[in-house]
Amino acid sequence: MIKMNNTEALRQVQDDLKSQYDPKKKLVTICAGTGCRGYGCIKVKEELEAEIKKQNMDVEVRATGCFGFCEKGPLVIIHPEKIFYQQVKIKDVPDIISKTVAQGDVLEKLLYRDPQTNETIMKEEDVPFYKKQNRLVFGQNGMIDPTRIEDYLIIGGYSALAKALSGMTPEGVISEVKKAGLRGRGGGGFLAGIKWEGSRRAHGEPKYVIGNGDEGDPGAYMDRSLMEGNPHSVIEGMIIGAYAIGASEGYIYVRNEYPLAVIHLTMAIESAREAGLLGRNILGTDFSFDIKISKGGGAFVCGESSALFASIEGRAGEPRAKYVHAVEKGLWDKPTVLNNVETWANVPLIISKGADWYASIGTENSKGTKIFSLVGKINNTGLIEVPMGMTLREIIYGMGGGIPKGRKFKAVQTGGPSGGCIPESLLDLQVDFDRLYEVGSMMGSGGMIVMDDRSCMVDVAKYFLAFLQEESCGKCVPCREGVRRMREILEDICAGKGEEGDVELLEHISTGVADGSLCALGGSAPNPVLSTIKYFREEYDAHIRDHRCPAGVCKALITYSIDPGKCTGCGLCIKVCPTQAVSGEKKKAHAINNDLCTRCGACIESCKFDAINVK
Amino acid sequence: MSKVSDIKLKTKQIVKKHKGDKSALIAVLQDIQEAFNYLPKEALIAVGDAMGIPASRVYEVATFYNAFSLNPRGEHIVKICVGTACHVRGASAILDKFERTLLIKPGETNQDQKFSLELVNCVGACALGPVVVIDTEYHGQMTMAKVDKIIGKLKEGAQ
Repeated sequence: MIKMNNTEALRQVQDDLKSQYDPKKKLVTICAGTGCRGYGCIKVKEELEAEIKKQNMDVEVRATGCFGFCEKGPLVIIHPEKIFYQQVKIKDVPDIISKTVAQGDVLEKLLYRDPQTNETIMKEEDVPFYKKQNRLVFGQNGMIDPTRIEDYLIIGGYSALAKALSGMTPEGVISEVKKAGLRGRGGGGFLAGIKWEGSRRAHGEPKYVIGNGDEGDPGAYMDRSLMEGNPHSVIEGMIIGAYAIGASEGYIYVRNEYPLAVIHLTMAIESAREAGLLGRNILGTDFSFDIKISKGGGAFVCGESSALFASIEGRAGEPRAKYVHAVEKGLWDKPTVLNNVETWANVPLIISKGADWYASIGTENSKGTKIFSLVGKINNTGLIEVPMGMTLREIIYGMGGGIPKGRKFKAVQTGGPSGGCIPESLLDLQVDFDRLYEVGSMMGSGGMIVMDDRSCMVDVAKYFLAFLQEESCGKCVPCREGVRRMREILEDICAGKGEEGDVELLEHISTGVADGSLCALGGSAPNPVLSTIKYFREEYDAHIRDHRCPAGVCKALITYSIDPGKCTGCGLCIKVCPTQAVSGEKKKAHAINNDLCTRCGACIESCKFDAINVK
Repeated sequence: MSKVSDIKLKTKQIVKKHKGDKSALIAVLQDIQEAFNYLPKEALIAVGDAMGIPASRVYEVATFYNAFSLNPRGEHIVKICVGTACHVRGASAILDKFERTLLIKPGETNQDQKFSLELVNCVGACALGPVVVIDTEYHGQMTMAKVDKIIGKLKEGAQ
């Protein structure tokens, strides 16, 4: 890539790339996000390339970022017809090349089949999972090879930066972002423009901008998919932000568990630098700015701003009191703007298309779209991007396709460990920052973990408290000791040792933990407990009073038994049981000795006749 | 295991690569762990000396972050995802099965140094849940039956 010394040069490069691009040329794109890699998409890609070579064809195979529909990976799209194939296996490759790519014949068996109508669907955009999405931030993932800056430039990448640098003052950029109503996508939901303005006005040099990619909420992976799939969108947003506040240095703080994101971001930063889009005198202007990558050490609390700064500074990630805001004294006590990477990826859109356009999407106080990860007990696991204000019902039943095996929906957990569980009665809730907060949960980074009637709400509360106790940095006593005490009470309840008054005690400790902790980790730690008590009190009571786990999860409160009507006496469960608790003769109904049974679930997994009851 | 002199030499090279920058302490420790698979005591002391940071602070950072291990780890590192999505899909049963099969608890390494068992809070591959990452390979839709197969294969490969 040549170095571009002015905005005209950028336009020229984009035009050249576009003129070389033939939209009618055959192209095979394959999703290479983490989910699809787990399904073995890289081998499918290699096979596609080998087959194309074998058949002596001139077709590009492009490994792109995540398409979002992780449930059905590996995903492949044949262009220009945009034929959408799912669950592609290596053995399907010869037919894909010789029939679809060479002759345009569609392979029915690889198309998505709508479970409602039982009809096959040819194009991605017609699949119910995608139909109601508005993929403004995430949509380009499927066309871009994240290791090539050219793929980003050809779709107009870095035009927003050029627009800001050539025609807008820093104040103008800030006022546009303020007018757009962009709120932080990492959890807090604070208005980005206000933060930027505070930092611009603050005294101190140098100023910093930071992209928070320390996606710690379990069950949320949109930041990962953005950093891996479209790293330049994050970088472009950060450069625009740096120009607006007058920052000269930036960091992207990436979670330790995301090695591919680090590789793709590093490549993107290097190629942007080479192209004159990062570093000294960006696009030939007086503005200089550069970005470094800082890899986290696997600590959840480092998603919190002051802990994140400590981590970049090379110290243990302990939050500090924020009498003075980060916009004035952040990293190394200098003015700092920290935004989530998804927030940054929204910025180029706002600058390119304008604040009015952006503000027309979403609800009154939550503008734009949000990427959610729809996971857990849901048919269509994946990443969706929808306008703010869509109802939970539309998301879970419309896009998500409902609950597997026809089971009953129980709750959706949003906001990560700081969030809460939302019950069925609130399925028509319009999802945005404020509505989620009102029902005792929060947006968080956008994880939505769906739970069915086999998920125990007391167990879920215990799970989050165990998580938070592990991740509490230990600085504030109410968080360190209070969360531990709450976890112990929940463990007792799950073990059948709960007592009357335990729920009230949990509520009492919650107040102390929330009020007495410095950072948001402690401040919101009681949420999983309080929301489950609020909406699922009867489950707590069943554990405490009746020593019963209605969902059949808490091991101390359940017993396994074999239904003699269903058991065929095949002996599989006898074979897999680690404690020799199952006995019986061949072809005769077996029985479980509950004194030996540890409720490990091995027999349930092995039984082909659904003959094991849990009560 | 590497000799003390090797550890010291390698540590010095890593510190030099980061130009002795004190803020790069976490990155330095990450590189050391990549080189030795854990953080040897000698390396931590050498880092403190070379970077001018008290050993107590190096120790504080090394023990604060989950990514660091102060004990040697096995040839294969088994990471069980215990993120929320995997949890509701039965990750704890998979963890129990690994514990029973390898006879170790999370954070431990088995006697012949073949396997270490670790927990991870989410690997962001929720469609594959319950998911287990062994070394760099993802194993999705895990079942207890699959655990035996996978461990069996790795043991064979190790022989």
